[in-house]
Amino acid sequence: MAKVYNSAVIAAPASAVWALVRDFNALPQWTGFVAESRIEHNRAADQIGCIRNFSLKDGGRIRERLLALSDYDMSCTYAILESPMGVENYVATLRLIPVTDGDQTFAEWSAEFDAAPEREDQLVANIGRNVFAAALAALQRRFAGAR
Amino acid sequence: MVDLRRSTVIDAPADAVWAILRDFNGHASWHPAVASSTLEDGAVGDQIGAVRAFRLTDGARIREQLLSHAAHEMAFSYCILEAAAPLRNYVASMRVRPVTSSGGCMVEWRATFDPPRAEKDRLIRFVQDEIIDAGLRALHGVASGAAPAKTAAPISNSGGQDTTAIILTRHGGPDVLQLQSVRAPEPGPGEVRIRQTAIGVNFIDVYCRRGSFNLVAPGGVLGMEAAGIVERIGPGVANVQPGDRIAYACAPPGAYTALRTMRAELLVKLPDFLNDTTAAALLLKGVTASFLLHEVHAVQPGETVLIHAAAGGVGQILCRWAKALGAAVIGVTSSDAKAAIARAVGCDHVIVSGTTDFAEAALRITAGRGVDVVYDAVGKDSFEGSLRALAPRGHLVSFGQASGDVGAQSIDRLASRSVTLSRPNYGHYTDTAARLQTQTARLFAALRAGHVVAERPTLYPLAEASRAHADLESRRTTGALVLMP
Repeated sequence: MAKVYNSAVIAAPASAVWALVRDFNALPQWTGFVAESRIEHNRAADQIGCIRNFSLKDGGRIRERLLALSDYDMSCTYAILESPMGVENYVATLRLIPVTDGDQTFAEWSAEFDAAPEREDQLVANIGRNVFAAALAALQRRFAGAR
Repeated sequence: MVDLRRSTVIDAPADAVWAILRDFNGHASWHPAVASSTLEDGAVGDQIGAVRAFRLTDGARIREQLLSHAAHEMAFSYCILEAAAPLRNYVASMRVRPVTSSGGCMVEWRATFDPPRAEKDRLIRFVQDEIIDAGLRALHGVASGAAPAKTAAPISNSGGQDTTAIILTRHGGPDVLQLQSVRAPEPGPGEVRIRQTAIGVNFIDVYCRRGSFNLVAPGGVLGMEAAGIVERIGPGVANVQPGDRIAYACAPPGAYTALRTMRAELLVKLPDFLNDTTAAALLLKGVTASFLLHEVHAVQPGETVLIHAAAGGVGQILCRWAKALGAAVIGVTSSDAKAAIARAVGCDHVIVSGTTDFAEAALRITAGRGVDVVYDAVGKDSFEGSLRALAPRGHLVSFGQASGDVGAQSIDRLASRSVTLSRPNYGHYTDTAARLQTQTARLFAALRAGHVVAERPTLYPLAEASRAHADLESRRTTGALVLMP
């Protein structure tokens, strides 16, 4: 099993960051690499089990199911149903933790998945850099200078 | 329930910060509110169930137990077992998370507890401000290397402080003692370095110097007793902190020095009313008198007690204290001048041994019955007489041999008076902190009550230790001798 872990500190209160990222259908609004997204079967974006169906700006399409969402823990866990990446048993969690010193936000994004052994390292590097780190950096930019 | 969650981002790698936090007993090295800490029962710092006993800088003592410890999560949790503050159901956890985007880390500290309503605000402020936030702030400095840890981990022998000590150049007379430069090492785990202000001279030092006690080899340092100020503590020291006024009276020898690094566990904190020279003069003798009169033979009101060397250091204390306990006290001294001192310290009768058979005199004084207990540190010259001076079922407490070893004796002769014979060893009554505490608490209470009076000691510069020894051996002195570094 492969693991990916990325984290960053965002210069905004956790409640403000959470208000943005808790929306399972909002990837186009903040990630920078998602072109459009919809929730299948017209379900609510915070209904456990709902599926987001989104396309990347580079053309790939991904379907992901919401497994867990907690406003108390400010965390969101989901699984990939379909993607062009060639991963299986992919489960990821995005979580925010308040940094009380300076009223900032610690955001961590982790994933575990299975893949063909020879592709594992490349996938870990790509997901870490091009998905998680890129999205976290986008959050940092979005909230930079917000106060 | 109060739930405090605090966190901070530190500009240092998570591994480096976890390396500081992971030792459950390491908080004395980084938390400004923790004066000292020790793990109970020989536990190690990442052992589940380990208990750390520590003292805050305000003097409060707390015991906490490690509940969980997860190296892969860089997290541990613990609870309070004992604290003066009513922090009921207190459970806390710390966790380090890496910040991959910057190479730094975030440290989280969470505490939950149930305070009494009336003290809720005060306790929240205390835990949040003085424990958690103060600790997190300090971690910034320690982790970045900007601030040194408060006490460094065990240090190599190359560290330490230059000082002077009286070295035993070989076994022999007083002239074998020489003042030399030495180095007092940095205190290791469980150790302290003491800036000594007064050093007690005892007859055991003479025995060590002569080589009749095999406690100090040539090149070593004599001395069992001193008072001073704790200058520096090593890791894991909980009973004292820098600045404490302390004294000790225990093995191993090594007290004849200005700076001494030694084990912390047998240090005694000095009460304000007791000054350093008096403490150095009194502690060993006073503790000796304490267990002789209360444990080896618990003196009862109405008993008759015979005390040899009644004008000597321990003798004077024994006489006053036995008198205060309600005993009739017979002192034995070697001269008329010392007899006057013996009378002054509470003896009802004084026998001058050079001119009289003290056993005959004791029997005469007690109308032929004999005495209930004899305290005898003279040894060879007095043993016979001490046995004869006892009443039936009497108790001979032989606790020294100033005149030489008592030698082989038949126990059959004890039957003629059903005599009990005791040969107590100082170490066995003072070998744990608890036992020592019992003795010193009793001694300090007796001092306060005036049952023990600290006579002014004769002072010598440390460099003149040989002269002090010569004076002690010549029996010219009365009362205590103290060396001043």
